[in-house]
Amino acid sequence: MLQGQTYEFKNLKELFAKANEEKSGDRLAGLAAETVQERIAAKQVLAGLTLEDIRNHPLLPPEEDEVSRIIEEHVNDTIFADIKGWTVAKLREYILDDSVGDRELKRLSRGLTSEMIAAAGKLMSNLDLIHAANKVEIISRCNIAIGQKGTLASRLQPNHPTDNVDGMLASMKEGLSYGVGDAVIGINPVDDSVESVKRLLHATHDFIEAWNIPTQNCVLAHVTTQMKAIEQGAPAAMIFQSIAGTEAANRSFGISVSLLEEAQQMIMEKGTSRGPQRLYFETGQGSELSAEAHHGIDQMTLEARNYGFARKFDPYILNTVVGFIGPEYLYDNKQVIRAGLEDHFMGKMHGISMGVDICYTNHIRADQNDIEELGVLLTAAGVNFIIAAPMGDDCMLNYQSMSYHDIATLRQTLERKPAPKFAAWLEYMGITEDGRLTERAGDPTIFSE
Amino acid sequence: MDRQLIETVTRLVMEKLKDAESGQTNTVTESKSQQEKRHYGSVKVWNHVGEAQAPKSVEASVVSESSVSQAVPIVKQAAQQIKTEDAASKKPGISKPKNKEQLAELMKQTPARIGIGRAGLRPKTDAWLSFRFDHAAAVDAVYGTVSEDVLKRLNLFSVVTRVDNKQEYILRPDLGRRLSDEAKRTLKERCKHKPKVQIVVSDGLSSQAVEANVEDTYLALKQSLTALGIEMGTPFFVERGRVAVMDDIGEVLEPEVVVLLIGERPGLVSAESLSAYLCYKPRYGTVEAERMVISNIHTGGIPPVEAGAYLGNVVQKILRYEASGVSLVRKEQ
Repeated sequence: MLQGQTYEFKNLKELFAKANEEKSGDRLAGLAAETVQERIAAKQVLAGLTLEDIRNHPLLPPEEDEVSRIIEEHVNDTIFADIKGWTVAKLREYILDDSVGDRELKRLSRGLTSEMIAAAGKLMSNLDLIHAANKVEIISRCNIAIGQKGTLASRLQPNHPTDNVDGMLASMKEGLSYGVGDAVIGINPVDDSVESVKRLLHATHDFIEAWNIPTQNCVLAHVTTQMKAIEQGAPAAMIFQSIAGTEAANRSFGISVSLLEEAQQMIMEKGTSRGPQRLYFETGQGSELSAEAHHGIDQMTLEARNYGFARKFDPYILNTVVGFIGPEYLYDNKQVIRAGLEDHFMGKMHGISMGVDICYTNHIRADQNDIEELGVLLTAAGVNFIIAAPMGDDCMLNYQSMSYHDIATLRQTLERKPAPKFAAWLEYMGITEDGRLTERAGDPTIFSE
Repeated sequence: MDRQLIETVTRLVMEKLKDAESGQTNTVTESKSQQEKRHYGSVKVWNHVGEAQAPKSVEASVVSESSVSQAVPIVKQAAQQIKTEDAASKKPGISKPKNKEQLAELMKQTPARIGIGRAGLRPKTDAWLSFRFDHAAAVDAVYGTVSEDVLKRLNLFSVVTRVDNKQEYILRPDLGRRLSDEAKRTLKERCKHKPKVQIVVSDGLSSQAVEANVEDTYLALKQSLTALGIEMGTPFFVERGRVAVMDDIGEVLEPEVVVLLIGERPGLVSAESLSAYLCYKPRYGTVEAERMVISNIHTGGIPPVEAGAYLGNVVQKILRYEASGVSLVRKEQ
């Protein structure tokens, strides 16, 4: 009962969905709140549920779904026993409590399911999400460590429309000259063939070796293609894969737990990197619905389940791609910004080294100004890394993301440094001096022999 | 996922067909470079008409390793030619590069916006505004409408889907896949029933693609079908259609093949890119893997006239095998 009006929610699935901020994808799935008041009523009902209620009534039962099983198996029962009587409101307030910091949140995380983390997020404002995420420091290590407080790392994305090696290297040199590329130099290939993946892995690896760059390379083909390339001797620091929040959606991506375990084993044995973390995942709200594998669950909750699934494999990095999937899932700037902040918070609460591809396609109601704003918000929220392409224009995937300029600008404006080892290399190369870009910066020909 | 699947399947089909008929003469004569370009089009894997996007990097697993690597060299040559021309017109924005010649060289190697320099930490004004202009063109293409002139010139009458306006079109792909009841009645009245080939035009996500490229594509396709002696139905325009609207059309008119010329989701490189989707007997329940697509039809990609002529041949093959997409591959084996 709210203001004399009665609202009824059939089950937890419906309640979880209706408690979401407006998203076109939830509407497309027929799950969204009908009115703004119904949305708030759902949040109020959700606020009163206990964590035990949520655990006892799984949205997707573990018997039916591999991802649910992984999430359930992760829960530390001792910690859960302490908090099972908490309401979701109490969970939100605990996370926001000023005496609760990094250590407490990491402990709490071990007693939570992905659905509980999503539930807390649904009650939070945008600034709640920023403030809470910023409390958590997730440091991950592959060749170098990223994620330290006060740092902002970046993925350099030097894609090329035909996977041309020289063209890719040209974009990569430009990015490095802006101080971009500490999280990973990661290429989306057009051609998912073993030969093409090998070529790109060799080219990036050779360049990284020649210039002694403290970073890691990755080519984002399907996991099976990367495995074949590595088996044939291609030098990869990491293995990448897109993942989803249900077993059926993962199946549509051609992956399963056992396949990822096999990949993890292989990169440990044959990868070039020091580790211990050597996997890279990508996610994004809406992919389960688009694969018709959402089981009537809303896209924010499903996204949280991505992180529950990812957590099992302890990835070096994971980024959500927010704004790429299309306006039928995230309609405009407001929805993209909200989803970006939600994903980042939920990922951090799972203990994941979170990055974001802050982006938009040309048929959604957003432009470069909007994603620049989200860049500022996520940097404030302590995001581990952001993806950047030349001038923000990815000439292969045909969408716009953050630019090399943006990474440099966010760092200087919000006083963030690159990852320590990479920052030292930038100083050594004369790209930065005392942390600021020099005259040499922004010139790809500084890498000419 | 679906879009990628269709493109992958098309690529596979094209490879198979090419192998199967090596030695045969094509009815439409094409130069070597034209053939290269057309393969560039059928192979390129990212010109979406913008239904649900796949994750940035998921690949359909249908395609075998060998078919991909066979296709690659052709792709590379053709694309390289196009991109180099684009790059030549770019001016470097770095005032004192360490190596000026090398900078020019690097900029030639990629259509990416590199060598643009900076104003402090921000892009220079020219680079910023030209980026904004390209995005503006893309947005206007999505939200624009196709002029009556074009439809009149091509003698296409117009029907609508269940979508009421552009916003609904963007938000509800499902409604763009269905014809309105009135549209169904109109088609029954005005169109030839059970033709061999039904040609349909739709604005999709780019009205500009229709304005700029449908005329040449359509006329060349018509000419090609006439030359091949293939009977055509009554062509028409579907406003705010999605690819799968061809299933609804298939149910109403029962053609053997539907060719749908539809505007692609605009990119910054081109806001005028057109796709041609083909399907043998599309009906309710047709799966995406039964469709084929030739994408990237525009002056900087596959030239529209060549695309149209080529489409005639593809239609002929579909009719010969009585199948499209994966089914075509299966029949081949």
